[in-house]
Amino acid sequence: MFELNAHLREMVEAHAPSGHEGPLRDYLSGVWAPLADELSTDGLGSLIASKRPTREQQPSLRIMLAAHMDEIGLMVREVVDGFISLHRISGVDNRVLPAQAVLVHGRRPLPGLVAAKPPHMLPMAERERYEPMDHLLVDVGLEPAEVEDLVQPGDLITQDAPMIELQNGRLAGKAMDDRASVAALTVCLQQLQTLQHGHEVCAVATAQEETGLLGARTAAWRVKPDIAIALDVDFAVQPGVEADNSVELGKGPALPVGPNFHRKLGERLRATAKRHEIPLQGGVISGASGTDAWAIQVARAGVPTALLGIPVRNMHSPVETLDPRDIERAGRLLALFIAEVEGDFLPAAARKGDTP
Amino acid sequence: MNALIRKLVEAWGPSGYEHQVRRLIQEEVADLVDDMRVDALGNLICRVGSGGKRVMVSAHMDEIGVMALFAEPQSGYLRFDPIGGLLNSSLAGNRVRFENGATGVIGVYDSFGRGRTSVPALSDFYIDVSDGNGGAVPAGSPAGFWREFETRGTRIIAKSLDDRIGCVVAIEALRKLKREAPNEVHFVFSVQEEVGLRGARTAAYGIDPELGIALDVTATGDELRNRKMAVALGGGAAIKVHDTGLVVPPAIVSWMENCAREHGIPTQRELLSGGRTDASVIQSARAGVPSGCISIPCRFLHTTSETADIRDVQACIDLLHALLSAPIDL
Amino acid sequence: MNLDLMRKLTDARGVSGQEEEAREVILAAIDGHVEDVRVDALGNVLARKPGARGADLPRVLVTAHMDEIGFMLRSIDNDGLLRVYPVGGVDARILPGLRVSVGPAGVPGVFVWKPIHLGREQRTVALDNLRIDIGASDRAGAAAHAKPGDMITFPGEFTTIGDGVVRGKALDNRAGCALLVELLQGDPLPCDLLVAFTTQEEIGLRGASVVVEALQPDLAIVLESTPAHDLPDLAADPDEGIAFNPSTRQGAGPVITVMDTRVIVDPRLLRWLRATADAEGIPHQIKSAHGGGNDAGAIHVAGSGVPTAAISMPARYVHGPAALLRVSDFEHSLALLRAALNSVSPALLAHD
Repeated sequence: MFELNAHLREMVEAHAPSGHEGPLRDYLSGVWAPLADELSTDGLGSLIASKRPTREQQPSLRIMLAAHMDEIGLMVREVVDGFISLHRISGVDNRVLPAQAVLVHGRRPLPGLVAAKPPHMLPMAERERYEPMDHLLVDVGLEPAEVEDLVQPGDLITQDAPMIELQNGRLAGKAMDDRASVAALTVCLQQLQTLQHGHEVCAVATAQEETGLLGARTAAWRVKPDIAIALDVDFAVQPGVEADNSVELGKGPALPVGPNFHRKLGERLRATAKRHEIPLQGGVISGASGTDAWAIQVARAGVPTALLGIPVRNMHSPVETLDPRDIERAGRLLALFIAEVEGDFLPAAARKGDTP
Repeated sequence: MNALIRKLVEAWGPSGYEHQVRRLIQEEVADLVDDMRVDALGNLICRVGSGGKRVMVSAHMDEIGVMALFAEPQSGYLRFDPIGGLLNSSLAGNRVRFENGATGVIGVYDSFGRGRTSVPALSDFYIDVSDGNGGAVPAGSPAGFWREFETRGTRIIAKSLDDRIGCVVAIEALRKLKREAPNEVHFVFSVQEEVGLRGARTAAYGIDPELGIALDVTATGDELRNRKMAVALGGGAAIKVHDTGLVVPPAIVSWMENCAREHGIPTQRELLSGGRTDASVIQSARAGVPSGCISIPCRFLHTTSETADIRDVQACIDLLHALLSAPIDL
Repeated sequence: MNLDLMRKLTDARGVSGQEEEAREVILAAIDGHVEDVRVDALGNVLARKPGARGADLPRVLVTAHMDEIGFMLRSIDNDGLLRVYPVGGVDARILPGLRVSVGPAGVPGVFVWKPIHLGREQRTVALDNLRIDIGASDRAGAAAHAKPGDMITFPGEFTTIGDGVVRGKALDNRAGCALLVELLQGDPLPCDLLVAFTTQEEIGLRGASVVVEALQPDLAIVLESTPAHDLPDLAADPDEGIAFNPSTRQGAGPVITVMDTRVIVDPRLLRWLRATADAEGIPHQIKSAHGGGNDAGAIHVAGSGVPTAAISMPARYVHGPAALLRVSDFEHSLALLRAALNSVSPALLAHD
């Protein structure tokens, strides 16, 4: 029996920052293999699970689903007197690092802490400012010579943050961005085992989203989809996040509108959600969405694209917080949409940008 | 090799106008490659070897420079736009050269006042192209910086080491290969890197490689009070691990490091903040291309006195040659 | 210049991603003049106009973007005022007191601004602090007319003013669209023309970035409107002898781009356009811009690369509610475009 929380825990506790997605790709290959007809990768290591139609339907579409599997991360810049200085690969927020537990992936994994100078020792001016990344150091509790021996520039450093369960079933952990969405793809593939569908599905766990939407771009090239739906986390309401451009935890996935998204595809998704009483939230993105959808839309000759957002609090921190019901809803919505959508719901020219 | 370095670094070729450099390289490699062509944007693409993996090796031909906008009506001084990432702190007094060979000298507002102690805005600079007889440089003329090549011991000092030294590494590796490679290697001498990696992007699309390797300069951590990083001049070929636009796949880093170890070639790891190379765009061509980069450590980048060490250059040549002369199993 | 066409094009409302109205005007205007018309996944209009000697000559892509800058409705406040997001490069300084058209029905509204009690009065106001008032007294009242995601544009009020000048919103870049439509409506050319009226230029050259894959051109020309940079600099000291960059002046003819932030125009095409203009006696000017960029930036690096040039019409006050364009600049641009296309040859693409 598929257990969403356990699946999510396996993923968010894995260490797989951008460009180093191997461990997650291996785990996910095991989970997806029985759910798909074929697994493949693109040149950057995005994992593509293809599932052929299980019933006749004309016209039949190839539908790409995309969620990124990479997480934000750091590397060792240098070893300085037994301490380790930091080099940012992607998106890590220097303000939440001090006193955090990290794992240094040297010759062997070394648990460490980001050093936090005692506030007593700091001049007042420094207490009021966050340390820049350049000044932060990791302490792994070893003698300088041992550190030199075990660690070299370029070794990975990841957050060491087990997933925890809060009240009301809410979950907190690192890398919910965007493994929550990857989990939704798994839910979708699960549900498609019993739903008959007339379209081909390519579920893609993309690589290197956090370093510039790279895997989505290359995977979309490989898959050549007729339509695509990307999934990513969306900002949930919390102090400091304005309610009018964020969503609420537990109230369903967000389906934003804007130039990045094909209006008819969005409307069709909304219709499916309504028919099956799956709650959806809205959103307006007037330019770059900053998600895989932005890259996929302009792949090859253009792809009608939509985005589903999973509400998450505390983005890019070790305690990204969500309500797993939103993941289940997103996965179920995708499966039902795939099973039900008419192959000609978009005008023909918008389906495939074929070469004249 | 110094003669080749001098020839290439002193050549004229701001981004978008690389034809003079391209011609020099075409002459240099004509007998070293199986075939060559120039693509739509002006990249020179030279193939050598066959079978094995299809590999793209890229070094960019273009250099930073300026574009003449208009002449001040009264004084005749030229106003200009930057081509690539100019360092305002190093402009005043520098010389630029236009395609017809005319030299210009860069001046700055209030040079002994404000301009002396603080870094002026780009709009505070202008170029003197007067020849005393009313001659003019037309608007829309590009220019490159001008400075002669020099050596000091094993150090080489020049404008445009970024990235003509990468071109030298490619050419010398070709020379060592003697047209024998167990892989289908496409050496690309790319255009328009300094304005956003434009040439390598289209070249990679056209070649559709299975592996990409950029050859470019990298900053060093051994300048005073500069951005901290582990790379040192004279420390060997720098094997890139990460920069602003590229996470090198770990398998490529190991492949390069193991190969260097086998051949006794000195290397160091490079992690760079605030810089990208052609590899960034090669990797995202079509369905994606695993890509790495061999970097030549270089001080004082984007000045007219970029400084590298010839031993590092040799290490890069040896490493590239070693990598390409064996079957690639990644 | 076909004034009726220009009126229809500039009065049509269409921010990036919602170009339907402009697209309909264009589809109607080019009907019968082109072949293989289709609308792609991003809403680009693609078409082909075969040339008399098409097989022997390079295939030339000519593009103009259909979208305009504007706003999207972000949310409605309890008091019925609308918050907006910008679509493209909106200049927030000029907005207070301007009139707008809201939603598909074009409900009239005005920009108010949240009073700022702190800080200096002369400070410009961020778009986040601006609101649009459509006259509703509460959220429900406003929601009856507009919903989040609706486009908001300046109202279309095309007119002619002065001597040979047209005024309208969205001249950036419906003027380019008009130029391309008039080219297509005209006599056939020797070369095959590939045509793209593109979407989403103002938010990152999005539509243009997929047209090369679909059309596979050998070279491309982008038609644009560019800010005329010819206002007197009131702060300048006339005795100092330092000029304001005069490289784009209204009335001085088409602007041929040398370089901008997204493209360095291929020197071969640059020479060709300048030589053509000189030979035909067409007034023209060249431009290099440290800021800005247009579809040429996306097209020339698409696929294996496409040598690309840009011809722009100098227009004052683009990205505002009413821009000004000289008819003579339009006509000279059309003449240059035609003359250049009539002289396309394979030799044009030979490398130096």
